[in-house]
Amino acid sequence: MQNLNFLFDIISWTLLLAGSFFIIIGSFGIYRFPEFWSRLQASSVIDSLGLYLILLGLGVQSGFTFVTVKLIIIGLFLFLTGPTSTHALANAAFISGLRPEEKLETN
Amino acid sequence: MFLVAIISLLIGMILVLVRLFFGPTVYDRVLAVNAFGTHTVLFIGVLGFLTGRPDFLDIALLYALINFVGTITILKFFKYRVIGDPQRDIEERSG
Repeated sequence: MQNLNFLFDIISWTLLLAGSFFIIIGSFGIYRFPEFWSRLQASSVIDSLGLYLILLGLGVQSGFTFVTVKLIIIGLFLFLTGPTSTHALANAAFISGLRPEEKLETN
Repeated sequence: MFLVAIISLLIGMILVLVRLFFGPTVYDRVLAVNAFGTHTVLFIGVLGFLTGRPDFLDIALLYALINFVGTITILKFFKYRVIGDPQRDIEERSG
């Protein structure tokens, strides 16, 4: 039973590491990208990969208890509302006249 | 191991706050607020696991709900200049 726990720990650690890695990547993208539309794409990295990897890592850490059910509920809710809020944001920005300008890199 | 996740979340929060401050358009700021909310949800969840108190996840779920509603309300306000005054809506549209 001991090495089974150790295996779970390793799995949850790798998931947590990967999740935090993608969160930093997404946040750095939001900070560095030149215009709104590319930042919107960078923020989807956080909402999808970073979020669910960390929730999965926490779920593995807590095993089959009620805590994991809460984590699944959080994940399910954000699974439904994440794209909705991003769409609303993109739609509002597009209607307000914010257009992705085409940078013609003709070198 | 949770400390690594917390540190990366803090770094992410700082980066997003910088974008919130510098964002030229208002939609950059709404995007930054939305991303900051996601970071806070994860931060509360990981903090709950770090201190061994699983009831933090309820707070994280609540914060996810509020973050979503907040983002949609801000966007609705910027789009229609009014959040939800049905009487005035009808007058404006019919008047």
